Amino acid sequence: MKKFLPPLIPLVVITLAVESSVRSGFVPSYLVPAPSAVLRALINSRDELAAAMAKTSAAALLGFALSTLTGIAIAVLLSSSRAIQRAFYPYAVFFQTVPIIAIAPLLVIWFGYGMKTVIASAFIVSIFPVIANTLTGLLSTDPALRDLFRLYGASPAVTLVKLRFPAALPQILTGLRVASGLAVIGAIVGEFIGGQGLGSVVDVARTQQRVDKVFAAVLLASVLGLALFGLINLISAVTLRRWHASEQAS
Amino acid sequence: MDLSIDSGEFLAVLGPSGCGKSTLLRMIARLSPPDGGRIVTEPEQFQTAFVFQDASLLPWRTVLDNAALPLELLGSGREARYAKARAALAQVGLAEAEERYPAQLSGGMRMRVSLARALVTEPRLLLMDEPFAALDEITRFNLEVQLRDLWQRRGMTVIFVTHSISEAAFLANRAVVLARRGGKIRLDRHIDLPSDRTNDLRSDPRLGHEMKLLMGAMEEE
Repeated sequence: MKKFLPPLIPLVVITLAVESSVRSGFVPSYLVPAPSAVLRALINSRDELAAAMAKTSAAALLGFALSTLTGIAIAVLLSSSRAIQRAFYPYAVFFQTVPIIAIAPLLVIWFGYGMKTVIASAFIVSIFPVIANTLTGLLSTDPALRDLFRLYGASPAVTLVKLRFPAALPQILTGLRVASGLAVIGAIVGEFIGGQGLGSVVDVARTQQRVDKVFAAVLLASVLGLALFGLINLISAVTLRRWHASEQAS
Repeated sequence: MDLSIDSGEFLAVLGPSGCGKSTLLRMIARLSPPDGGRIVTEPEQFQTAFVFQDASLLPWRTVLDNAALPLELLGSGREARYAKARAALAQVGLAEAEERYPAQLSGGMRMRVSLARALVTEPRLLLMDEPFAALDEITRFNLEVQLRDLWQRRGMTVIFVTHSISEAAFLANRAVVLARRGGKIRLDRHIDLPSDRTNDLRSDPRLGHEMKLLMGAMEEE
């Protein structure tokens, strides 16, 4: 309870402040909806929002899973030789700087309207932090431990599985934490342009001047991002509990 | 440098920082190639173990799984490697701690796990690179006695790199002092002390005499 109380206080205070300033007419309700109106929109459009939430969740999760698998595989490949790393890492960095909103229309041309485009968008936005963090982790293995594995004739594959990968796990999980939030953003952006889900709900509600519904959808998108983040933290707590300082506080 | 080491010797290698003590050890372990010259071993192939400056344990593995790692990498079966790892842990006095993780151990205990890991393959040659440098003095004294005891019982060859004169004199049967540059040997001395070495020896004047000789060779530069 002590852990949850401090962040709860500002939430209650700000919600009440917004509610009263909208009700008193200080802030016009077509700009900022009263929190009670957002709640009403959540209840009234619950079927539509639930369906949108399910679609966005599925697309974000799939995009995130795809960038996790591909990102780790690419990092393993990059870490295997300095030459490969020099040749390809700049492109990974370049990939990260591509503004997703600018190439989203292109994705529609490639993948059509629908979930594929949304997944692709979530994937493209979230892969770079996975690559960068995994690579850092794989390249910072303790040299003494690498010597130890060499001394007993361990093959590169065995060294990867039994030493380099587990040693990189804390950094990999850091990458996944960042990527999880980005995957949700990528999915929403994809839905703006070519998909169904919370993103398209926001887009439609905006044209109808329904700020309450926009806020309701945004709120759900945040919940989705938080849930993914929580999932990674859970995995991190379970896998690192015994040995890593980051999970040994208290 | 021309150095020949007999089987069963306990050799301490002393020298100033940067003189190549650790490099020598790595070359003997065939972890680094020599710039020139040769390292000949007889027989050509045998089991070597290396103990590093830090305990260098895998933090995600239990003490038992850390001690069993070399056998796992060499491909021995689960039962056999756990039995040998338990025996090695018992030898360093850590039988009780096998389920614990490195983060739950003191520095001295971690180094003992590292020692058990090195002994688990029953190596003919044990290479040690300033293994006790980071430990507090009492822990170091006790580990030195324990190491000396293990060496006597197992009849392996130990090459022990250190920058501590007292450690070299206390542990070794033979001490070599390297020059700062060029890989020259300044002193190669048989340490004239009884073979049973306990902490009582630490205040013995004969140990002091050996230390004085080693220090003299180190200071000549």
